[in-house]
Amino acid sequence: MNVLEMDWTPLWLTIQLASVTILVLLIVGTPIAWWLAFTKSRFRTLVEAVVALPIVLPPTVLGFYLLIALGPFGWLGKPWLQLTGSPLSFTFTGLVIASSFYSLPFVVQPLHGAFEAVGKKPLEAAWALGASKVDVFFSVASPMAIRGYLSALVLGFAHTLGEFGVVLMVGGNIPGVTKVLSIAIYDHVEVLEYSQAHFLSAFLLIFTFLILAIVYTINRRLPIHMS
Amino acid sequence: MIFRIHVLVLLFCSQILLVSASAEEVRISVATNFLVTLKEIVRNFSRDTGHTAVVSSGSSGKLYAQIKHGAPFDVFLSADVQRPHLLEKEGLAIQGSRFVYAVGRLTLWSPDSSMINGDGKEVLTNNGFKRIAIANPKTAPYGAAAQSTLQALGLWNQLKDRLVQGENVGQTLQFVFSRNTQFGFVALSQVLDSKINGSGSRWDVPEDLHDPLRQQAVLLAKGQNNKAALGFLEYVKSQRAREIIERFGYRLE
Repeated sequence: MNVLEMDWTPLWLTIQLASVTILVLLIVGTPIAWWLAFTKSRFRTLVEAVVALPIVLPPTVLGFYLLIALGPFGWLGKPWLQLTGSPLSFTFTGLVIASSFYSLPFVVQPLHGAFEAVGKKPLEAAWALGASKVDVFFSVASPMAIRGYLSALVLGFAHTLGEFGVVLMVGGNIPGVTKVLSIAIYDHVEVLEYSQAHFLSAFLLIFTFLILAIVYTINRRLPIHMS
Repeated sequence: MIFRIHVLVLLFCSQILLVSASAEEVRISVATNFLVTLKEIVRNFSRDTGHTAVVSSGSSGKLYAQIKHGAPFDVFLSADVQRPHLLEKEGLAIQGSRFVYAVGRLTLWSPDSSMINGDGKEVLTNNGFKRIAIANPKTAPYGAAAQSTLQALGLWNQLKDRLVQGENVGQTLQFVFSRNTQFGFVALSQVLDSKINGSGSRWDVPEDLHDPLRQQAVLLAKGQNNKAALGFLEYVKSQRAREIIERFGYRLE
């Protein structure tokens, strides 16, 4: 197997998918985590349970609901079709939505923990000194929760890299659009192309190991902010 | 009196022993296109012979790979001739046990009854659709037949980018049935099944557009001493089984 003969599209596609998904999740996950950390609402535990669902549910359950939801008559697919004129299923955007559901808890939970660890006291002190709410979030809470952000970033990214079941059900195996690394490996194994499967698998193994190792190293060197 | 009862009990017990000694279990691996038909055959087979069957389904390519790696199957009902032949050559299937149990029909199907009317080529050349589902041509013979059909119609290059691949022909149907694609190439048997029952619209692909979908069954090495496996393969050749196979839209050789 020559490195130059390898089809690298699935790898590039997977990295793109994981990057876009983590960006979406950091934007969506931050307010959810913030709310979970500071709310006194009695619905808090319910929302917490909903966020954690993808950890426990088999990917087939999520895949089945998404297949219906993303379809041209689904609650996500239909408005999308009317808005943009193109369907949502079997597209990169569709996969981003699927991955965002799938990896949500891996981003929200570390952030939730980090915000809780920051606690109300430093935030109230900043407010008392006249800082705006936005300023408090960006200058006080976020830097203090930096470890939570790093964990969320890595876990969310890595979890999307390793996604398989959901993509298998809603992706449609389209090269360059939805054929991610895990699906490509599955395909190679099915037709007994073991050298390609070995190559991609080994690459993924080393790549994810390096990411995790680097992050844990950085994490150890970061200042600890615990109340 | 007591003696008589004892004799009866003994007779009864020996009956049970006889039945349980002769009733065995056959582990069948089947290409997804034939799954529904097979279930109907197995129902009759169990009733008529007392043997039981455990059925696993997937694309022929996947099942072939699993058998190569020691999957515990007694019988393989492939969607092609090539894979049973390979298994025979590799010593994983019993020489001379291969036979064509059905010739499949490929159909272009849509759940929408007004979608496909008339010639398939016209339907495929009109640009009113975004995606078309086919089974993975590398692992599923029905996918390979769909590819040959599109190539024979001269539409492959034009439609290549609009293809959505199902992992097997079952998932392909799922993509169409859930209306995520407007239509797809599936097995005729799947849309004649009781769930769909011939509804929607379809174009049965003329058989000269692709190599015939000759589907072979083979006795695997693991099943060579299994009475239920041998009995099942005989049963598939029986008149009753052949009637069921034809009812689901297959041709016989």
